[in-house]
Amino acid sequence: MSLVFAIFTPVIAALLIPLLYKRVSAIHTGWFVLLIPVALVSLYATYIPPIIDGTTYKDELPWIPSLGLSFISYLDGLSLLFSLLITGIGALVVLYSIFYLDKKKEKLGNFYVYLLLFMSAMLGVVQSDHLISLYFFWELTSISSFLLIGYWYTKDRSRFGALKSMMITVFGGLMMLGGFVILGILGDTYSIRELIAQAPDLVDHKFFVWALVLVLLGAFTKSAQFPFYIWLPDAMEAPTPVSAYLHSATMVKAGLYLVARFTPIFALSEVWVWLVTGIGILTLLWGSFFAVKQTDLKAILAFSTVSQLGLIMSLLGIGSIAYHVTGDLVTTFTFATFAAIFHLMNHATFKGSLFMIAGIVDHETGTRDIRKLGGLMSLMPISFTIALIGSLSMAGVPPFNGFLSKEMFLDAVLNLKNFDLHALDSWWILFPIIAWIASVFTFVYSLYFVFHTFRGKHKPEQLPKAAHEAPVGMLLSPGILASLVVIIFFVPNFFGNTFIKPAVAAIQPLAYQVPADVGFTIKAWHGFDSLAMYMTLGVFLVGYLLFKTIPKWSPIYKTFPTKLSLNGMYDGLMRLGDSGANRFSSIYMTGSIRSYFVYMFTAIIVLLGGTMWIKDAFVISYENLAPIRFFEILISIILIVGTITILVTKSRLTAIIALGAVGYTVALFYILFKAPDLALTQLVIETVSVALFLGAFYHLPQMNKHEKGKEDRGFRLGNFLIALGVGVMVTLIAISSHSQKLIPSISEYYKETVYSEAGGGNIVNVILVDYRGFDTLFEISVLTIASLGIIGMITLRLAKKKGDRKVENK
Amino acid sequence: MTTFLWVIVVLIGVSLLGFLYRLVKGPTTPDRVIALDAIGVGLIALIGLISILFDTGFFLEVILLLAVLSFIGTVAFSKFTEKGEIIQRDRNS
Repeated sequence: MSLVFAIFTPVIAALLIPLLYKRVSAIHTGWFVLLIPVALVSLYATYIPPIIDGTTYKDELPWIPSLGLSFISYLDGLSLLFSLLITGIGALVVLYSIFYLDKKKEKLGNFYVYLLLFMSAMLGVVQSDHLISLYFFWELTSISSFLLIGYWYTKDRSRFGALKSMMITVFGGLMMLGGFVILGILGDTYSIRELIAQAPDLVDHKFFVWALVLVLLGAFTKSAQFPFYIWLPDAMEAPTPVSAYLHSATMVKAGLYLVARFTPIFALSEVWVWLVTGIGILTLLWGSFFAVKQTDLKAILAFSTVSQLGLIMSLLGIGSIAYHVTGDLVTTFTFATFAAIFHLMNHATFKGSLFMIAGIVDHETGTRDIRKLGGLMSLMPISFTIALIGSLSMAGVPPFNGFLSKEMFLDAVLNLKNFDLHALDSWWILFPIIAWIASVFTFVYSLYFVFHTFRGKHKPEQLPKAAHEAPVGMLLSPGILASLVVIIFFVPNFFGNTFIKPAVAAIQPLAYQVPADVGFTIKAWHGFDSLAMYMTLGVFLVGYLLFKTIPKWSPIYKTFPTKLSLNGMYDGLMRLGDSGANRFSSIYMTGSIRSYFVYMFTAIIVLLGGTMWIKDAFVISYENLAPIRFFEILISIILIVGTITILVTKSRLTAIIALGAVGYTVALFYILFKAPDLALTQLVIETVSVALFLGAFYHLPQMNKHEKGKEDRGFRLGNFLIALGVGVMVTLIAISSHSQKLIPSISEYYKETVYSEAGGGNIVNVILVDYRGFDTLFEISVLTIASLGIIGMITLRLAKKKGDRKVENK
Repeated sequence: MTTFLWVIVVLIGVSLLGFLYRLVKGPTTPDRVIALDAIGVGLIALIGLISILFDTGFFLEVILLLAVLSFIGTVAFSKFTEKGEIIQRDRNS
């Protein structure tokens, strides 16, 4: 089976789901769906042994070959680890959802179609070697995530959360596309492999940092880093299997994947190191601090996810320092990468199980509000055990896997002291301090999550349902994950050798050729000389004290003003975009045609005048000018007087008559310039137009409808200036174009051939019907359309408007 | 001969200006309509002169047309000033 086909398997299967859902209603649709991730996880498992040996696999499906666009599935340690996470946890989530979602009440067809679409998209993201196809799958995850968050679309909060996550992740996705395009242009290739190979040549280019920042924006929005994490807590309105799958284990790690994947390209720049590390550690602190404030079980977990993602992000940042050092220090910093991938795996296990437990609590008690819950330990002992394992692992307590990765995290942060770039010697200490404080808060919210739910006083009167243990099927998936949490603690090096080392070798290709070169072993016990151990002990001690005194210090959360919070800013920004755009368009779109004319004429003056001025095109030449005759002066005076009359007259009838006079004078000009056909036509047309004006005269309103009785249009300086400007402009252009004629006229040809070729004496008419008869044909069409239109307007009066003035010719 | 013709052209031009003054000044609509009619006649004369001056027969059609139009226009204006409309629907009124 080809690897590209494997990516698309879930989507192809998704096509069949609605059919199965409709036809086979006796069996829960989830059972059919379950086959797909199980099949895929077994497929990917067969790749584990060769990948450990350092083999990589590549499979290509051309998409648009002429543009060099293809779906490339590239499987190395990193993408294999993610693929296994996606399919493995996908299988567990589908199993869980079978028991979580009701067969009759829920629209299961929709749910599983979205879920499978998402699974394909995620597999595509982690296996794509082509930047554009990576972006394609990236947006597909955003869209399927939007659909899944808004699954209960009748709820306002769901729709709000779906829209918010869509806005933020698509914003980041578009930024990322920009970064990709810059990269593709710089490297002249869209293949990530080839870009990595030529990264040292790209790093000094001035647009390199742009690409870096834009790609990071994509990663930060997707992975819910500061300040873009705000969509994640609102995405908790999704069904719990979705939260467990997308918002803890897979989609939010797409950003981490992106950072890890692009480390070999961007880590050569210091901007990358500090942005990734700094934002990561800030997110870690921020998320862990605000997790204690939450009262909703899933909101606690959401903030905890944010915080843990920040932890992994900062570890990836520290790991990328390895590109800036030499010798033994390379190993010191690649250790951070190792820790990052290890924690990424651990987080997927314990956070997935915790989300499922939160879902079980919700399912069995009817609420997720931690203030109403309590004392469920004896009622739900198995859930309690799983929750305890997950929480303690999250808090970093032995004997669970979180402890191992947390220790490695503290070690890695302490290693920063060895990096002496940019006078870090005094500032590096900030990182361990922040990491330690964040670990304390992590400890506090982990205990808060499990003990405030399962210990304390049981309050049955506040619960919508009587609490009892969940069915076995529901507990199966979190149980498997929780047992993994424990198993990883006891045999960490098996997982390290199998999954982590190939991934580290993929992220740090300069340091390691094959996964076997990665020489780290995970130890639960570091000995008494390890500073990290004392820090962990301090975390336990201070964390426990803080946990016991939560009611005493929690009011500090209330001092934080809502308006200044990031959510407040997001809402404000959305409102501003909405009402601001409205206000802007209502300012300039007045609905009055007068102002639109002002815009258009001003544009003529500014654009034409500006172009002429910039190009220095104003030329006045006195060559080729005909002598001015007395007669022409006379007619011009008449023309000017008539025009001014139209402008200044107070009566409309006078204006119409003066317009007629102007038309006749123009006809006189035609005669003077020897154009008898034009003069004939002009006279007839002018007469007809004047007659039409007169016909419409009776129905026209007064000239100035705002001042009844006073038929004065008034004088507006702005209009006068614009009119003057347009007139001057057109005159100047006419003079300039006459002064610099570049091409001779073609009329000589017509003169010579009018009789010999076309057999006519009237050159104008021959041009109209012979040389250029096409124009005439369509002028005839115009007249036909106009007359038909007039008939239509007069006779077809479909809608009678209210208060329409009755038009009666009397 | 040519000088004589040009003098006439100037005279007609001056009279056209006079008609135009009446057209602009008014004071009533019939004054303006008469002025327009006179302008039409003036134009006819002018075009005739120009035809002679240019030594061409192509503009004689224009003279005919102008005469017809001037007549139709004046009638239309007159009818309009009298009844407020040009083409009646109810022919009995």
